[in-house]
Amino acid sequence: MRTTPFLLLGSAIATPAAAGTVTVTIPRLNVAEYHRPYVAVWLEPEGGGPARTIAVWYDIKKGGNEPGTKWLSDLRAWWRKGGRSLKMPADGVSGATRAPGQYTIPLPRDLRPGNYILNVEAARETGGRELVSLPVAVPNGSGKASGRTELGPVSFSR
Amino acid sequence: MKSLAPRLLAAVALLAIPAGASAHRQWLLPSVTTVSGTDSWVTVDAAVSNDLFDPDHMPMPTGGIKVTQPDGSAGEIRNAAQGRYRSTFDVQLDKPGTWKIGTFATNVSGTFKLNGEDWTVGRRRGPPPGAGAGGPGAAGPAMAGRPAGPGGPGAPNAAPARSVATVADIPAGATDIKLSESISRNEIFVTVGEPTDTVLRPTGKGLEFDPQTHPDDLVADEPAKFRFLIDGKPAPGLKVTLVPGGKRFRDEEGAQELTTGADGMIEVKWAMPGMYWLNVTATDARSSTANAGERRMSYTTTLEVPAP
Repeated sequence: MRTTPFLLLGSAIATPAAAGTVTVTIPRLNVAEYHRPYVAVWLEPEGGGPARTIAVWYDIKKGGNEPGTKWLSDLRAWWRKGGRSLKMPADGVSGATRAPGQYTIPLPRDLRPGNYILNVEAARETGGRELVSLPVAVPNGSGKASGRTELGPVSFSR
Repeated sequence: MKSLAPRLLAAVALLAIPAGASAHRQWLLPSVTTVSGTDSWVTVDAAVSNDLFDPDHMPMPTGGIKVTQPDGSAGEIRNAAQGRYRSTFDVQLDKPGTWKIGTFATNVSGTFKLNGEDWTVGRRRGPPPGAGAGGPGAAGPAMAGRPAGPGGPGAPNAAPARSVATVADIPAGATDIKLSESISRNEIFVTVGEPTDTVLRPTGKGLEFDPQTHPDDLVADEPAKFRFLIDGKPAPGLKVTLVPGGKRFRDEEGAQELTTGADGMIEVKWAMPGMYWLNVTATDARSSTANAGERRMSYTTTLEVPAP
């Protein structure tokens, strides 16, 4: 009996992946001046429709009148598709920029099953910008793609 | 008369009409059109030149620049300065939505006879009589110091000896009054956050831009639809010129000329990402000024077309 809460907790941690998991790789770059990239991850219904932002990583710690949002529009595809209508910071969506490495992002559990285009866009200060898109079937599909410059492998799995 | 008319036309073209008798184009170049910050400014270059957006000819005066905030109220330009080849000014974008920045100029010019002598109307020297109008006359003092190009229209102080500033100044005994009204707009749009439409609402006066695709929602791989109106009604058969900036980095000018359809609409397919200068002119006889046989209208904007 006493284990029940732990089981529930355990399942709560394990099941956010119910709608699938996105894995994003930020490559380590050998450049003189490196800043962690701004990254946006979003889904668009395959047949068109409003985009749903899954994650935005930006300089949320900046203070003053300019709370790090000034360069969000450099994620230009995301900004146009949905970023500009999102209030920042966005609960459960926005977070700090990430160092090079591989990150997994669970898709929201209330995501309706269907075919989507998964988009990952990265833009780096004094660096480049890249958009990686791949079709995904939620929840049972899988797929992978890779960026060439600002992003490494991007994959979707159950 | 014959010698005056071209000078007059050239002067007016320089001040108000980008694609008039002179091929020079008047342009506003914003540093940014899509803004995500909450404390952002846009800085704008304003000039008159042939190639876009190379400031190599004349600064555009900033006296007539008006700012319309996203809620439709008037804003202001800051830090205006005039260089040899271009002016600059800033606008603090302290409200979310789409801002409009630019000029709206109306002018009446022409000729008449008085006691057998030729006179001109609208060749202004010094400050404009109706300074509040923000018309091209605001350029007067600002342009005074410009050097005259060799053989150019601006031969030093070439003002005709006999001229009056406005239609109201035409003496009672004047005959052969021939007037022409010009209405020109040159405006840019800058959006903070989500695009809004308040500043895009047509006023019903003269030639206006009625974009179906929001001018700050363009992308190179999607065609854009723009409609043009004259006095609030769709204007068919107008020639719309689009010129991408940066000609010196390629061989062709790359200009497109499109004609508005019966619904006043054009569909633009972008050849490449970049900043584009758009200009359309129209002439009709529906001037609101008495004795003005002709009404010349011009609309100019600068559009940013991002890469997909």
